[in-house]
Amino acid sequence: MRPISENLNCGLQSSIDMSSFFKKRVATFEHGIHPDYHKETGSLPIQRLPFAPKLYVPLSQHVGKPAIAIVRVGQEVLRGEVIAKADGMFSLPIHAPATGIVEAILPVPSDSGAMEMAIIIRVYQADGQEIRVRNPQNLDGLTGVALAMIMQQIGVAGKGGAVFPTHAKLIPPNGCVIDTLIVNGSECEPFLTCDHRIMVERAQHIMTGIDFARRVCGAPRAIIGVEDNKPDAIAALTAALPGDGSVTVKVVETKYPQGAAETLTYTLLGREVPVGKRSSSIGVVMNNVMTMAYVGKLLPLGEGMTERVVTVAGPAVDRPGNYIVPLGTPLHFLLDSVGAKSRAKEVILGGPMMGIAIASLDTPVTKGVCGVLAFGKKDDTEQRTYPCIHCGKCVKACPKKLNPTQMGMLAAKREYELMADQFFLAECFECGCCSYVCPSHIPLVQQFRVAKSFLKDRKTAA
Amino acid sequence: MSHTELRAAPHQHSGNDVPVIMRNVVYALLPICVFSVWQYGLSAAALILVVTLACLLAERINNFVSGTASTLSDWSAVITGILLALTLPPSFPLWMGAVAGLSAIWLGKSLFGGLGQNPFNPALIGRAFVQAAFPTAISTWVPAFSLNRFAGFIPTTLTAPFMLPPDIKHWIKLQGLDAFTGATPLARWKFENVAASAMEFLTGQVTACAGETSAILILLCGLYLAVRKFLDWRIPVAVMGSVTLLSWLFHLAQPARYPSPSFMLLSGGLMLGAWFMATDMASSPITPRGIWLYGALIGILTVMIRYFGGLTEGVMYAILIANATAPLLDQFNQPRVLGAKGSKS
Repeated sequence: MRPISENLNCGLQSSIDMSSFFKKRVATFEHGIHPDYHKETGSLPIQRLPFAPKLYVPLSQHVGKPAIAIVRVGQEVLRGEVIAKADGMFSLPIHAPATGIVEAILPVPSDSGAMEMAIIIRVYQADGQEIRVRNPQNLDGLTGVALAMIMQQIGVAGKGGAVFPTHAKLIPPNGCVIDTLIVNGSECEPFLTCDHRIMVERAQHIMTGIDFARRVCGAPRAIIGVEDNKPDAIAALTAALPGDGSVTVKVVETKYPQGAAETLTYTLLGREVPVGKRSSSIGVVMNNVMTMAYVGKLLPLGEGMTERVVTVAGPAVDRPGNYIVPLGTPLHFLLDSVGAKSRAKEVILGGPMMGIAIASLDTPVTKGVCGVLAFGKKDDTEQRTYPCIHCGKCVKACPKKLNPTQMGMLAAKREYELMADQFFLAECFECGCCSYVCPSHIPLVQQFRVAKSFLKDRKTAA
Repeated sequence: MSHTELRAAPHQHSGNDVPVIMRNVVYALLPICVFSVWQYGLSAAALILVVTLACLLAERINNFVSGTASTLSDWSAVITGILLALTLPPSFPLWMGAVAGLSAIWLGKSLFGGLGQNPFNPALIGRAFVQAAFPTAISTWVPAFSLNRFAGFIPTTLTAPFMLPPDIKHWIKLQGLDAFTGATPLARWKFENVAASAMEFLTGQVTACAGETSAILILLCGLYLAVRKFLDWRIPVAVMGSVTLLSWLFHLAQPARYPSPSFMLLSGGLMLGAWFMATDMASSPITPRGIWLYGALIGILTVMIRYFGGLTEGVMYAILIANATAPLLDQFNQPRVLGAKGSKS
């Protein structure tokens, strides 16, 4: 095919790169968008952030029941010590992220806007802050639920943003047989590069974590999906693969939202998650690369989850990069450390497509925070909304193949039941593609969130 | 930092908002306007200007009456004006052009709620209105490339408002183009069974409105918009594809009676209609299968009207009828949601 592309190229060399048409197509899903990626921090090694004077450690850093505090005010805690215990199967323990003294137990702001109970630890600044408490156990030959129960003790929750307790996610529901563990290294959100750096720097931890995860879920194989804009990560993972061929790396197209559960499953396996069901129903369980890296690092040592890698970036950040941040570090300290606090007008937890703008800089970094983005003042005139011009760009962008135009019109008329009954409102996973492409700046995703929560409220009231 | 700004995700946007899209459509139309002016001179320029200004005036009066902020900055009225002007004969009296512009915006757009709400293409509503109101003026054609086209206006252009245009047979004779018949290629085909060659179309040597004489230019301008994703390429492809296929079948069956597909593609308002009219976002479907059906319907109706209808040209009514079916096409062709049962769309 080469000569053809060269022939076509003469005359339009600068404007159109024809070679892309003839390139072997990488695996991908239909629809989606290609936003500006801003992945400059992907080439910077992970750095360590200093300890803040005070850490705000929320009891609920995962989906499920909050942990139960087992420390008192005035008590000294050692880094790595359990300070709150798991409340049942769908819960996780919390470990002290630093050696210090419990100053108070009171509500602090959270990303949802609600106040959440947290253990406030005054950090001993003179302390060396080694991990003081570990609980290693013999893991040889352990599989299934038995291994999951030990995994629960290290307190790892999904690092991709959904923060589902990892041990609980890995246990197959009754009657489901898991044939594939998908490890999500696509990191499709703009700005975020923490998964990228983890893959480059801690590929061995990821492989160890995948081994534990497969022993829990029983999957005979694992596939790591990585977008083709991270060649160094692909190389590092490939070099670390176990020799038996049970784990493979598959390169996928750089496209948003490649890293969503439904889209990556479709890209890698061609399977669609049936409407209203979980991916376990089609034999798939998915975990993030960072989750696997922390399982692989912490589980053999019996060490608790006390810190995580966070991408700190955005136009208002002087020293963007990937930082190891102790859990509970308040955002004002984090932004101060990277030289962003004075200019930041909008601070987002997560990526720019699905992340949440936060109201208070007292909000702490928790297990599910993959990125902290700071933006300066935005030009409000650009945000003028127009009526829907029925261009259908959202229909062409929606990775779930919903009809956002139709749902947006129904949402404007508060026809929420119709949206759910006929247009699969519940299937929307709020990736934001529709709002991103909307030329009229209609806040489609937000309308769908409102519709969902309205229906949920009414269901609970009834 | 005193306070943070709170917005709902996503916090990033493509940057292509309504004015950007509309402005680019205007840019894409400008070369066609220039070509029209080069062919027909001052009268064509005056007509484009007057019709566009009439559209803007109608839009502004509308804002004033309804007490809303000005919507001129969304550029959509400019598109309506230029498109409408390109479908009118260059000799069309200016006051009639103004009537066309006003009716396009008021009857075609404002009546239904303004931007994005129009069920039909507003420019075609304006065209249909003046076709009914001024049947003679809209079928009076003048020769292209007359020698003194930049020296003065065609006599009909400056007809006083509410007056009928003067007879221009004498004026046409003065242009020294004796062979001029005053009939469009489609009319000549229909009534005299003479099909113009592709070459005549490509060099603009036919009698018609601008949208008819610059098919290749329109194609290029449309491609620009398609590449920049400001129009849906599936619509023009479906229109041109169905016209080609259907007219090719007829041509095969009776070559003497029915012209070749290239004549059907290049003649009349087909190119302008397929690339710039049928693709009007508000009045076209958005579902994948609906879009293909809509485009195919326009092509089939165009061929049917041209072959079997009383009119010489069918693109306008084909698009208007297809516009009317767009909501139903969408309703019956909802895309299959990922993970839902049923056939793949």
